[in-house]
Amino acid sequence: MGKVAVIQYPGSNCDLDALEILRDVVKTRTRLVWHKDLRRDDYDAYVLPGGFSYGDYLRAGAIAATSPSLRIVREAAEGGKPVLGICNGFQILVEAGLLPGAVLRNSTLRFVCTWTRLRVETTRTPFTNGAEKGQVLEVPIAHNEGRYYLDKDQIPGLERNQQVVFRYVSEEREATEDANPNGSIDNIAGVCNHKGNVVGLMPHPERASLRVLSPDNQKDGRVIFDSMMRTLHGPGA
Amino acid sequence: MTPGSYVVEVIVENKPLARDPEGETIHQNLILKGGYNQVTGVRAGKLLRMNVEANSPEDARAIVRKLSDDLRIYNPAAHTIQVRIVG
Repeated sequence: MGKVAVIQYPGSNCDLDALEILRDVVKTRTRLVWHKDLRRDDYDAYVLPGGFSYGDYLRAGAIAATSPSLRIVREAAEGGKPVLGICNGFQILVEAGLLPGAVLRNSTLRFVCTWTRLRVETTRTPFTNGAEKGQVLEVPIAHNEGRYYLDKDQIPGLERNQQVVFRYVSEEREATEDANPNGSIDNIAGVCNHKGNVVGLMPHPERASLRVLSPDNQKDGRVIFDSMMRTLHGPGA
Repeated sequence: MTPGSYVVEVIVENKPLARDPEGETIHQNLILKGGYNQVTGVRAGKLLRMNVEANSPEDARAIVRKLSDDLRIYNPAAHTIQVRIVG
């Protein structure tokens, strides 16, 4: 049975939320691991949770990206294991070069904490294979540096490789400017690596995986963890 | 050149095509509102000033350039840097 590590960095604060969803809701064996204690690739999947790391000095995620744990995560990713970065975890994966681009300060220059609609752009990843392409998920964001950036001329390549995983969309499922909470290029909320097994997103699916947490009584974020479960244990899981 | 301690600055800013909302806000809401219409653009960035022991200013600059690349003091996907000797 698959075993998942939720890696804690100095400043992680969504680690317990991710643990609860993985362990108690989707029922996967999960362990919290302090980043310095992760010495071997002993797990079947890795989650880098949200929060902060090293005060987010220099740039969000930049210092944590040099943690030795990233060597293990990189090795696991190269071996095809699923790796998920949520919010600060996404920033760390980008800064470590495991995902393309950069995550910059919000165009509003404000910390944004709100519910967003995410359109699933590809189901080829271990975190979206239980969703439908075009499905819209209501998932909250909470960040100051969430503006995904990649040079405009690199976006078609990202699209061609199906590396755009989520986009912020309107109620009509359109990627409009109004639906874009932070100025991300092309409304991109989450991306994956070339192989598709490393996924990062700014929104917090772990905060949208129990009905009681949602103003609309939904649990849309759970499909991301259910997909992971399905990847680790097979479709019958 | 003599070995010694040099002051090297690294300036990190967004690439020209990456929007810089902080610079834009300072420009629009402070500088232009304050009547300084001669200022046609502002870019905000980050400055790191490092004291470096090296054999020459060129060496000091090369060390800082290398560490900036090796340790990703900037993210080349979105930023540019300038490295300069100031003392």
